[in-house]
Amino acid sequence: MRRIYLDHAATTPTRPEVVKAMLPYFTDAFGNASSIYSHGREARGAVEEARTKVAELIGARSEEIIFTSGGTEADNYALKGVAYASERKGNHIITTSIEHHAVLEVCKFLGRRGFRITYLPVDKYGLVAPDDVKRAITDKTILISVMHANNQVGTIEPVEEIGKIAREAGVYFHTDAVQTLGHIPVNVDELKVDLLAISAHKLYGPKGVGALYVRKGTRLVPLMHGGEQEKRRRAGTENVPGIVGLGRAVELAGQEMGKEAERLAYLRDKLIKGLLEKIDHIRLNGHPTRRLPNNVNVSVDFVEGESMLLNLDLEGICASTGSACSSASLEPSHVLLALGLPAEQAHGSLRFTLGRENTEADVERVLEVLPGIVARLRAMSPLLKTQK
Amino acid sequence: MPDPWSLYSEKVMEHFKNPRNVGEIENPDGVGHVGNPVCGDIMELYIKVNDGIIVDAKFKTFGCGAAIATSSMVTEMVKGKRIEEALKISNKAVAEALNGLPPVKMHCSVLAEDALKVAIEDYLGHQKLKKQT
Repeated sequence: MRRIYLDHAATTPTRPEVVKAMLPYFTDAFGNASSIYSHGREARGAVEEARTKVAELIGARSEEIIFTSGGTEADNYALKGVAYASERKGNHIITTSIEHHAVLEVCKFLGRRGFRITYLPVDKYGLVAPDDVKRAITDKTILISVMHANNQVGTIEPVEEIGKIAREAGVYFHTDAVQTLGHIPVNVDELKVDLLAISAHKLYGPKGVGALYVRKGTRLVPLMHGGEQEKRRRAGTENVPGIVGLGRAVELAGQEMGKEAERLAYLRDKLIKGLLEKIDHIRLNGHPTRRLPNNVNVSVDFVEGESMLLNLDLEGICASTGSACSSASLEPSHVLLALGLPAEQAHGSLRFTLGRENTEADVERVLEVLPGIVARLRAMSPLLKTQK
Repeated sequence: MPDPWSLYSEKVMEHFKNPRNVGEIENPDGVGHVGNPVCGDIMELYIKVNDGIIVDAKFKTFGCGAAIATSSMVTEMVKGKRIEEALKISNKAVAEALNGLPPVKMHCSVLAEDALKVAIEDYLGHQKLKKQT
């Protein structure tokens, strides 16, 4: 059976070109980038080249890029780094109720340690209102953190406007760009951000590597203490192959992003249209137009997400759900609840995220099998009867 | 975390793919409605009783693979059983009959046991009323 992978927001396959670029740094050029001999210099050169590539794609200077172990570390660093560096100035952080756990859980952690956190609501499409951000700012506010685009529903936030507000107020502004880098344009000056988190494995790079952009002059307390790597801002021997992989992935994304986004948006719209036509009592979650080119998120009434996923998996289709049943916590997606969805609709959500290897035939295959799956599950659903 | 359903046994998948006894019973002798939309599992279990023996059982379930499989299994297990025997069916017995459930899914078997208990209590309640009148 042909496997159709439609979960690119979770992770992407590492491109062969990226693997090829990484390979020498495991073996021949294995040196420590801090060493003085030629092996080390070779590694150092490769790390700096990757740094330049990342900086170029986001319109930053290379010294403003700090490599990390991934998006989660980058988010942790941004939030804790600013929080502990700005304690004298204030203790208030503004974020949203739909952030990734790598931001939300850090905020909760800081909240238990004397920081005051404002979690802004979103509208039914998942959009944060810049005015809400403005109103939430106090003289104690040290950081605003709003994601560039949401990983579950794909809504692209008005980061530029929020950046303007943050700058006028003199408050640091962080954005989690893990879902957007390499998929839509990301420019730190246009977005007016001071900090920006990225991850390699969401753009066909390897897992376990990412970066934090830190605008020059931004005061941060390091998360990792130890050696003098990354100008003492992030201790630990550099993950040279990973960093090289990130650099190559970013380079390829920069070259292909525009065309690919257009192709994916076409497939996305075809899938959305087809699902809404072929299945009744179904709704699109997230914004109809301000959304990631590869994201489709729907709620199917009267049926539960995991049972749909299992059936899709039996047909070789990989997708994801915001249903509690797919997690150990047994709570439905915090994002869908924040959008105002009742619990049963959150449980009935399905997310398809398209990627490079997907074709129109893949979309057609989903449209071919999902209506039957839904009909079968609805036939055994006690919720449908009560609606009649 | 690994896929929770990668841990599903073949038996669970078999019942999930071909659930037994789906539907409702017209004029049932007992109905058990348990769960809620917040936790994501709702089960409805119907029983038909003749001379103290459960002669038919059907279910309708909104929930994950484990919820559907346990519903299917519990209806299979109670058919032909005396009420007193059926009351002794535990959630563990349902899970064991399915060759086990992943730990995070054990609550689904609890729900199946609860649905059965509520359906039997419903039946016994009706019996009591009949005797009184």
